[in-house]
Amino acid sequence: MEINKKAYEAYVKEVTPVNKRWPNIFRAFLVGGIICTLGQISTNLFIDGGLEKEVASAWTTLILIASSVILTGLNIYPKIVKFGGAGALVPITGFANSVVAPAVEFKSEGQIFGIGCKIFTIAGPVILYGILSSWILGVIAYVLMAFGIL
Amino acid sequence: MDYVKAFVVGGLICVVIQILMDNTKLMPGRIMVLLVVTGSILGAVGIYQPFADWAGAGATVPLLGFGNSLWKGVWKSIGEDGFLGIFKGGFTASSVGISGALIFGYLGSVIFKPRMKS
Repeated sequence: MEINKKAYEAYVKEVTPVNKRWPNIFRAFLVGGIICTLGQISTNLFIDGGLEKEVASAWTTLILIASSVILTGLNIYPKIVKFGGAGALVPITGFANSVVAPAVEFKSEGQIFGIGCKIFTIAGPVILYGILSSWILGVIAYVLMAFGIL
Repeated sequence: MDYVKAFVVGGLICVVIQILMDNTKLMPGRIMVLLVVTGSILGAVGIYQPFADWAGAGATVPLLGFGNSLWKGVWKSIGEDGFLGIFKGGFTASSVGISGALIFGYLGSVIFKPRMKS
């Protein structure tokens, strides 16, 4: 039986399509690169307009989120995700897409249990674990400081 | 040069995650949580901020940058408010991103109609 199992695994590995791997990687690079470049253009424009770097990147975050929400509503962002894979999910625009998409999809279930709950489908875990992990790191840093190590 | 760095660095981060997704079948939700948590850890050990200063939007636009700014907020708040700051800094630093996503997300859900998935 062991031999059969191994032979089966080898067979599965052989017939699983891997030829899409390189195109996937190329498209993720292209889409992710373009979104980050747009972010850089926006940041530079705000800096040229006299804003500080931190403020400029906060404005850029807002603009990217708003753009992603509009593109999601017009059903364009899902196509970008389909094409670019991780290239469209990793940037903040992917996060914005995952906030608005379920909110739109479930609006028929009402303000509270439709939009109100579903808007946090992805945002909830991201905010929870982001806040939790930075809190844990903060506690560690605080303790290390208290002992004079940091 | 700014733009080349943003394109290449941002693109490469996405490539790493694409490879991860192709090999593990992790869903987008898990990927995003992973990115934010990793970003805050890389921030805390002092790697991400120098990297972001160099790579610009290539490092701040990916969700790793969101994690890094959570950590930055906590660290800054500890300096100002001590122990209480650990509870304060994360939300302060991420407030624009979270409020932006929720408010625009809500407005989007009011304006747009659901569509069939293609």
